[in-house]
Amino acid sequence: MEHIVIIGNGISGVTAARHIRKLSDKKITIISAETDYFFSRTALMYVYMGHMKFEHTQPYENWFWKKNRINLVKGFVEQIKHNTKTLLLSNSEEIQYDKLIIATGSKPNKFGWPGQDLNHVQGLYSKQDLDALEANAPNNKVCKRAVIVGGGLIGIEMAEMLRSRNIPVTFLVRESSFWNGVLPDGESQLINEHILEHHIDLRLETNLVEILADENGKARAVTTDKGDTIDCDIVGLTAGVSPNVNFLKESGIEIGRGVKVNRLLETNIKDIYAIGDCAEQHEAIGNRRPIEAVWYTGRMMGETVAQTICGNPTEYKPGHWFNSAKFLDLEYQTYGWVFSNKGKKEYEQHFHWRHSSEKICVTIAFHKETKKFLGINTFGIRMRHEIFDRWLTENRTIEYVLEYLKDANFDPEFYTQYEKEIVAKFNREFNSNIIPKKKSWKRIFTKTKASV
Amino acid sequence: MMKAIQNIGITIFLVGFGIFAALPFLGNFKLNEKSFDELITSQGIKSELFIENLKSKIVDKDFSGITSLAPIVETAINDANAVHSKNKEWGKKVYAGSDDFATAIRKKSGYGFIPENKGLMWLITFGLGIIGALMFILPQVITLGKKGIKNDHIYHQSSTNKGWIAWLVFIFLVSFYLVLYFKSEYAVNWTYLVDSISQSLSGNLAGHWFVYGFMYCVVMVVMAIRMYIKYRHNMYQMVRTTSVLFFQIVFAFLIPEIMVRLQLSYSKGYDFKNAFPLDYDFFFNWNLKELISSGGLGLFILVWGILLTVVIVPVMVYFFGKRWYCSWVCGCGGLAETLGDPYRQHSSKSLFSWKVERWLIHGVLLFALVMTGFTLYGFFAETGTVLGIKVQSIMNTYSFLIGAIFAGVIGTGFYPIFGNRVWCRFGCPLAAYLGFVQRFKSRFRITTNGGQCISCGNCSTYCEQGIDVRAYAQKGENIVRSSCVGCGVCSAVCPRGVLKLENGPLEGRINPTDVLLGNDVDLMELVNKK
Ligand SMILES: Cc1cc2nc3c(=O)[nH]c(=O)nc-3n(C[C@H](O)[C@H](O)[C@H](O)COP(=O)(O)OP(=O)(O)OC[C@H]3O[C@@H](n4cnc5c(N)ncnc54)[C@H](O)[C@@H]3O)c2cc1C
Ligand code: SF4
Ligand code: SF4
Repeated sequence: MEHIVIIGNGISGVTAARHIRKLSDKKITIISAETDYFFSRTALMYVYMGHMKFEHTQPYENWFWKKNRINLVKGFVEQIKHNTKTLLLSNSEEIQYDKLIIATGSKPNKFGWPGQDLNHVQGLYSKQDLDALEANAPNNKVCKRAVIVGGGLIGIEMAEMLRSRNIPVTFLVRESSFWNGVLPDGESQLINEHILEHHIDLRLETNLVEILADENGKARAVTTDKGDTIDCDIVGLTAGVSPNVNFLKESGIEIGRGVKVNRLLETNIKDIYAIGDCAEQHEAIGNRRPIEAVWYTGRMMGETVAQTICGNPTEYKPGHWFNSAKFLDLEYQTYGWVFSNKGKKEYEQHFHWRHSSEKICVTIAFHKETKKFLGINTFGIRMRHEIFDRWLTENRTIEYVLEYLKDANFDPEFYTQYEKEIVAKFNREFNSNIIPKKKSWKRIFTKTKASV
Repeated sequence: MMKAIQNIGITIFLVGFGIFAALPFLGNFKLNEKSFDELITSQGIKSELFIENLKSKIVDKDFSGITSLAPIVETAINDANAVHSKNKEWGKKVYAGSDDFATAIRKKSGYGFIPENKGLMWLITFGLGIIGALMFILPQVITLGKKGIKNDHIYHQSSTNKGWIAWLVFIFLVSFYLVLYFKSEYAVNWTYLVDSISQSLSGNLAGHWFVYGFMYCVVMVVMAIRMYIKYRHNMYQMVRTTSVLFFQIVFAFLIPEIMVRLQLSYSKGYDFKNAFPLDYDFFFNWNLKELISSGGLGLFILVWGILLTVVIVPVMVYFFGKRWYCSWVCGCGGLAETLGDPYRQHSSKSLFSWKVERWLIHGVLLFALVMTGFTLYGFFAETGTVLGIKVQSIMNTYSFLIGAIFAGVIGTGFYPIFGNRVWCRFGCPLAAYLGFVQRFKSRFRITTNGGQCISCGNCSTYCEQGIDVRAYAQKGENIVRSSCVGCGVCSAVCPRGVLKLENGPLEGRINPTDVLLGNDVDLMELVNKK
């Protein structure tokens, strides 16, 4: 029986294993150094905040693995010897494979800051990081202030976590406005305001210079390029992540920033594949980045590689871009591409609507000339994925999208709806005369069936 | 500042609560001869033996609150009945229950501070409890911060994480239900507190079920205020909470009391929203007799009760899902969604629990139906024994096991440990019935938003019905489960906007998918075809 070995029990590795099991009877082994069982990294924050216990982050009950004949091995892979198809674990154990899937995820970036390896300096990626945070910052008596370095999605999650225990947080952000490398200015501004509402000391355009130690080798303060010294008991490093591939340097597997793969998710070495955060496409797919460190792409790569391994070579072809996140209390969703003011394409035009008092806004990107709809960002309004996916496939215009916007609304029942206001503003700005159509179940459901 | 108000609030609440909890053991009782004679007459007791015996033991004697009178009554009954049986004096046998009799004695014979200061006593129990609770809850408008998901520290706090506070609440609730159902003489001091309220509604003095009904409403109102604050980011929760509150106060509490006051032909009050088989004694022979003999109103209730179960309930479930009843109207659901909200995370999500659930709840439904079959047959055939089984004993078993122990003691008492819907999930026969309709013929579903789920598990954690919502959401599948009561909390706590409760066409409601939306279409087709 062919032995499929997967390094990494994150979403990508586990999805691959599950689908290989569905499609075949092959022997499957997952090796991981982090935890015994698969858990959702995305939920780490909720454990610290007391919304959940760690066990709740595990999507499958513990009996699941045995029942599905997926062997779990806890261990750290130090070496891959591809000519003998052997893995060497740090406890000197050797494991033979017939096919190998590398799904080792990411690690937090460290940019060589002085003091970055001191005690009480940490990222937020692994279960171990969660445990460290619990130990380093159990409450605001032990941890009188935290400094978070790097204004991305994980940074703001970490800020929210610490604030839940009333720990004062200073948030150093390199950009001139939060996440404005990704978000258009209006939205970025909305989040700036929201961060301040949560009593987080947001310092824009500020870089970390050095982390200072106390006599025990624990972080005690940071200095910034603005000349400030900020006393603190913990430093969170959240300046992005990069593929966790150091252990592969000598393996002969081609490495760029991540493990280089083609569209079949194959590496340069036969029978070795890479998926998830650690995989790097030779060429970016569409507007996507060559390395996509998000949950659902890891999943999709896992689904895809399972097909290939089970005799049905399948290319990784992610559909239209979408994603979601939450900034403190603000829910954010995106479908298609809406670029930031910096990254905007020359043909891309934006329409922005913001609620007069609530933190709710919408930005729609469209083609200047053809009026083709390119993408939408929403804050505080949920949208229906299927509908936007369909509209993107059908190359709809922005007028069409606005006319049928009610079909796409996914807010819970009884919520106030803003389509009228949104369309009215568009009509004013663009001299058009769009009248929003009533929601229609027929439209929402008919097309879906045809396309699946 | 807010913290201080909250702490004072807790203290005040605990004082009120403490006095309330101590009441069963306080006070003095002394029954005079006149009251004793009244009691004997009202109970229609013919046994001189019993009367003499009990009189000598009870009349003009001082009893303290702790002493249980039921055993004394019980002995008197047994002694008298033994003699009457031996002498074949069937007409003299005493059929009164010792608990009810003891309760009646106490109600007539309490004296001293408590019954003489009913208003004041209300203030230092209910009054302090309400004020204290509100002082704790209202500041949350500020302490909870901006509107949004408010689950911080649920698993850090003793009260909501099965710590010692939760166990104390558990002990209190269980004891409270045990007293109500089985030791009601200890509830008599509580009845004094609400006598005047009862009199202003029905014209009668309060019994212990009135205390329960009143308390139910008070607790729901106070905890609904907490819901309004906690879920103020979610309009669905606001509207739904208002709805359950309305139906509890108006339908379950006020209308039945007012019916009694109006001295209508149907002398008991009737809760017009309480549908069979949750209302399990609706078809009991004594109820049928009473309905049939009380003229137009009785017949109307009979027809309404049948229509409710056979037509209204399933049709509404077809259009809106079982939620219209279970989390918008029902009293059990109402308490679960208000008092029970802090405990919703304790429902077990394991596959094993789901198996237990299906056996139990359908077992209870079957039990209720078989029992009703027996009672109806007995009613029409005018016999007390069907297939060699005493109908009365089936009814008693159901009332005891399901009506009292399961629905009451376990259903509510176990909130802090097993979550707030133990009864609704494992026991309620109506829920089982609605579940069939919801699963097989309903427009209701929880739509999963394509590929947006990040498997975080908030939805599953906070599903009070123990549904592993994430298991569906992460596959992009809609949630169509017979047990879902449509509380909407999974949707309210999802950080990615993945879940939407909605009513739509039946077709495409259940959408098994193996591959997420967002992946290339060929692959989706390929995998989904299998
Ligand atoms: C706090 C946080 C919040 C996030 N929130 C979101 C979100 O909201 N939405 C979203 O789309 N994405 C989010 N992400 C990103 C998302 O979690 C990742 O993209 C995803 O987990 C990557 O999955 P993976 O399977 O590729 O790798 P991982 O989940 O990183 O799994 C890799 C596993 O391999 C193990 N491993 C690595 N090397 C070895 C070795 N040599 N030997 C043995 N084991 C090894 C690691 O210990 C790890 O357990 C978040 C990430 C974090 C950290
Ligand atoms: S699935 Fe959602 S709506 Fe249904 S009972 Fe569970 S939490 Fe409530
Ligand atoms: S549906 Fe929402 S709450 Fe549930 S696991 Fe998915 S993202 Fe989390």
